[in-house]
Amino acid sequence: MGNTITEKILMTHTNLKKISAGQLINARVDIALGNDVTAPIAINEFTKAGGKKIFNKNKVALVLDHFTPNKDINSAQQCKAVREFAAKQKITHFYEGGNVGIEHALLPEQGIVLPGDLVIGADSHTCTYGALGAFATGVGSTDLAAVMLTGELWFKVPQSIKFVIYGKLQKWVSGKDLILHIIGRIGVDGALYKAMEFTGETIGKLPMADRFSMANMAIEAGAKNGIFAPDAITKAYVKKRAKRDYQFYSSDADAAYSDIIEIDAGKIEPQVAFPHLPSNVKPISKAGKVKIDQSLIGSCTNGRIEDLRIAAQILRKHKAAPHVRLIVVPATPEIYKQALKEGLIEIFMNAGAIISPPSCGACLGGHMGILAEGERAVATTNRNFVGRMGHTKSEVYLAGPAVAAASAVLGRIASPEEL
Amino acid sequence: MIFKGRIWKFGDNIDTDAIIPARYLTTSNPRELALHCMEDADPNFVNRMKTGDIMMAGENFGCGSSREHAPIAIKAAGISCVIAKSFARIFYRNAFNMGLPIFESVELVDAIQDGEEITVDSSSGTITITNANKIFKINPIPPFMEKLIADGGLMKHIAGKRGKHETG
Repeated sequence: MGNTITEKILMTHTNLKKISAGQLINARVDIALGNDVTAPIAINEFTKAGGKKIFNKNKVALVLDHFTPNKDINSAQQCKAVREFAAKQKITHFYEGGNVGIEHALLPEQGIVLPGDLVIGADSHTCTYGALGAFATGVGSTDLAAVMLTGELWFKVPQSIKFVIYGKLQKWVSGKDLILHIIGRIGVDGALYKAMEFTGETIGKLPMADRFSMANMAIEAGAKNGIFAPDAITKAYVKKRAKRDYQFYSSDADAAYSDIIEIDAGKIEPQVAFPHLPSNVKPISKAGKVKIDQSLIGSCTNGRIEDLRIAAQILRKHKAAPHVRLIVVPATPEIYKQALKEGLIEIFMNAGAIISPPSCGACLGGHMGILAEGERAVATTNRNFVGRMGHTKSEVYLAGPAVAAASAVLGRIASPEEL
Repeated sequence: MIFKGRIWKFGDNIDTDAIIPARYLTTSNPRELALHCMEDADPNFVNRMKTGDIMMAGENFGCGSSREHAPIAIKAAGISCVIAKSFARIFYRNAFNMGLPIFESVELVDAIQDGEEITVDSSSGTITITNANKIFKINPIPPFMEKLIADGGLMKHIAGKRGKHETG
């Protein structure tokens, strides 16, 4: 019996010669990530356990992206604690201020996470890096502390579900729509404890930005990780960014899967996840007339340059409806600069958008775009739980950048085809 | 270990934003977090519950964010253990790492109502409903995890092992 790509990557980070799903292993970690919300607890635990020096100053990334630019005194204190730790430990990959980007867009862009890596992050959307053909999973702060101390962590080797996706994507349909459709189909615990492996002819042609959006939301189906076998598209993305060696792995033909799910992507319309679960998905044609107060384009799911280009394509000739607050969040400084260079920022501003610095703030209801009681937002983010973006009686509708932009213009959830 | 308390029952897919909303994540102080435990699912929960009570839920408890603030808030509020049909995987790890005992049982969650009193004996793997005289079996915790919990959570477990390595 062969192995899946997930099993192979995990195995190469142990001294084991054989590995199978269900096995508990201790594995070496290539990159460990923390942010301004989760790193303070990890640093405290590290210190309490007698930690003096982290296992490798090049293998820990600390990104202050959640409540930044500091929203209040408490968040400033949290950032200060992480900053002082990063300085003391001489951490190479420390990002704040003008360098900071949303961690899951930033780390791949800067070549910090690479194919074949084993990555853990004290942030649930760490699974994003599976798009590169890495094993990447979200953990808690204490797990991060353990890795900072030892460079290793225990894992249960997950079973894998194979998604075979075929067919030509319709206009305006992106990776975001594919993953929303999949979550709608299998549910928010449909891949609980498991790996979601995305394969098939549609995936083979899918650009990196779309793959990142899909891997990003694997956690929304309960998965441990989402993963794509690296190919020529991955190579083109990685070769100009990597500053160290990396490995491409792929699943054996006789690898074991707990389930194989085939999806005809050609039949999928742009999708919208209604409140209050990412699995509460409807095609845009069945969305009805839902009036919105805010449209948020950004986040670790959809804040990349490709996403901004799609939004700009729609907003070029239109303005946001007067009652809609349109917020655009370029995910990293590089993306922001590129958007400026291409004239996208001007298009957004002419359409009436607020341009936010890179931050996770609005997505998690932290700051920079909170909803009041009774307000509704369409957002290119990843979660629409009760109170996620503000008041417990506010609502979040998840969609891709095309629907978010069209909705901003029409003031209700809408397809770009309606413009 | 034995836990005895009133059941506070919640539904399926209780997410970490319901357990501890992100607006309170500018602190990691357990006492402050405890004040807002389950606030967006039941705003009066912390005022009504008593120390030692037991939380119960359906499928996929703790889904969403990786925030360790969630098990911290539950533990600091005084909940002795959580029983659910299933747990989201990051919450599952975090709970063990924090030393918050958790148990999975579909049968038990279906059989018990909100407000009932139960006794959990984690060593023998039995759960008794006080007023019904019914006994349920739960899966025992594997030995290496028992050791981790006995050591007081992941960090103390590691610190202990490292201490031994260093002294040869």
